[in-house]
Amino acid sequence: MTDSSKQTDWTKPAAMAIPKGGFFKDKVEQGRYGPIFPKSPACYGFTLIAKVIPGREENLYEYARNLEKAVAKQPDVLAVLKLHYLRWQIFQIKGESYFQYQGIFDTDFDKYTEDAVTIFSATGISTSFENLEGFPKDWKTNPSSFVKFVRDHHCPSFLEYGEYPYVSAREIKKALKLKAAFSEALDQMQ
Amino acid sequence: MHGATLELDDIQHILLTRAPAVTGRYEFLSFRNPAGGRAWLSAILEKVHSAKAMRDSVAKDKRWVSVAFTSNGLRALGVDGTSLATFPEEFKQGMVARAEILGDSGANHPKNWVDNTASPDLHAIVILFAKDPAERGRCESEHKQLIAQCKGVEVLSSLDLEAVPPLGYPHDHFGYRDRLSEPAIEGSGDEPRPGFGGSVKAGEFILGYPDEDGPPANLPQPEILSRNGSYMAYRRLQEHVGAFRDFLRQNGETPEEQELVAAKLMGRWRSGAPLVLAPHKDDPELGADIQRTNDFNYKEMDPHGYAVPLGAHIRRMNPRDTAANMNRRRMIRRGAPYGAHLPEGAPEDGKERGIAAFVICASLVRQFEFAQNVWINDKNFHELGNERDPIIGNQDGTLEFKIPKRPIRKKITGLPAFTTVRGGAYFFLPGLKALRYLAALGTAT
Repeated sequence: MTDSSKQTDWTKPAAMAIPKGGFFKDKVEQGRYGPIFPKSPACYGFTLIAKVIPGREENLYEYARNLEKAVAKQPDVLAVLKLHYLRWQIFQIKGESYFQYQGIFDTDFDKYTEDAVTIFSATGISTSFENLEGFPKDWKTNPSSFVKFVRDHHCPSFLEYGEYPYVSAREIKKALKLKAAFSEALDQMQ
Repeated sequence: MHGATLELDDIQHILLTRAPAVTGRYEFLSFRNPAGGRAWLSAILEKVHSAKAMRDSVAKDKRWVSVAFTSNGLRALGVDGTSLATFPEEFKQGMVARAEILGDSGANHPKNWVDNTASPDLHAIVILFAKDPAERGRCESEHKQLIAQCKGVEVLSSLDLEAVPPLGYPHDHFGYRDRLSEPAIEGSGDEPRPGFGGSVKAGEFILGYPDEDGPPANLPQPEILSRNGSYMAYRRLQEHVGAFRDFLRQNGETPEEQELVAAKLMGRWRSGAPLVLAPHKDDPELGADIQRTNDFNYKEMDPHGYAVPLGAHIRRMNPRDTAANMNRRRMIRRGAPYGAHLPEGAPEDGKERGIAAFVICASLVRQFEFAQNVWINDKNFHELGNERDPIIGNQDGTLEFKIPKRPIRKKITGLPAFTTVRGGAYFFLPGLKALRYLAALGTAT
């Protein structure tokens, strides 16, 4: 149940310091699969960090090419996740590969958990998770095990900043459409 | 593995059929003694119709009975901890513990519920639908006698149901036509009506069958207990008819304008005619035609909500082609109105009246709780910012309702609560074999 009272003035950049652990203790909102991480001026998001199963790095690069194709083929394939950005990284600690997956989106992940699981399955995002240590084998039939993996590997922010705080991707796209419409209107006036 | 042929002789009738009843009664029970509870169940289960039995004898029968149990109720009957542990978390926690997720705060908070359904002592519900008031009376006294014979079985509360006059079809106290949306279940023999996107896999509603995602998984154990069962979320929803009619008068100068405001809140005219197909004027004939009342979409036919506002009740409860994986969110609705009809023009009399309904689904967390949390009570559904479902959302007078309109939208601020939750619980609705299994617990040892 998104709290819209935070949707203040988008012209005023805002930063939010977040307590250790990622939650504001006195106002933790309960989602269907557990407590929900708070919305910040940089919207909702997660940062998932997990160890890559040794020898599986190449699978991740292949997955990247597959997802590129999937989105090109069907641009709205990830629409239900209400995303701004997704970023994937592989990095090394003491010679071992780790995986980082960061997403910024407009709805708390728990809200659409089951849809996310379905989409992850359809687009192969899940296939990337299957290369990570500790990813549950029954994730397809057990959304709560999937959520548990995400929570266990989520590294919450302690500070987030938004240049245009709380503005959703949809609002941004509407503004750009409006700009295009005005531009078209001006052309028609020539 | 089991095929998709439904075991209609084992599934409780309420899951698949609607009894042609005009009245009924719910009784909420507590078992202070396991043997007493099982004795009650042994006797009552003889009265429970399967879907098949109901269909075979619907013309001559006068009453239909269903029974279901809370998690505490299963324990009270003697289901052991190992078995209970295999039931879903949200069912074990119960509706009261899930209040925040469901949006049951403020006036809707379980501490304000009136029927003892928030009590941990709630163990079972027995649902009676009857063809006439005389039959209801007969069943009521027969059940009273049965309870008197069963040690430790207590009635925590009861609720009498009554069809609301004066219209000749099922409707709620606000006057909205009811029973319009019914998913067709694959294998049930029911044909999907236009606009429903085909039939839905049985496992979305009945345990033990493939669902939209594949073969059944994570079923409660033992299998005899879960097979052909389902989960039921009970909601007793008071309807504030006086406040509703005042609101319509305040927001519409003529009866026609008031009728349009009522239609905008729901997304349908009170006759049932959907605004997408009848945007400017009511069409009662369309409302009554079940082949046409649902034959529309939003993405192409009403993307901006000029017909059905983005936050209207039916758009939230079934976003159709504007949501993903709709078939994983389907629900079966049963129930009936309770309380006396408030005649048109009469002032609010302060008496409680409303709808006492069941939402039936295979996964409370994925279906019922999702609808409550994401569709009904998310203030930012469709980026509306400061709205909840205008009919059944948690309204505290601070929210708004926006009606898209050219050139500029109409925004109603300070929307009052037209409904209040007065009771509720999660139940498991076992199949008939499972009822016999439960009744026989303890006899083998």
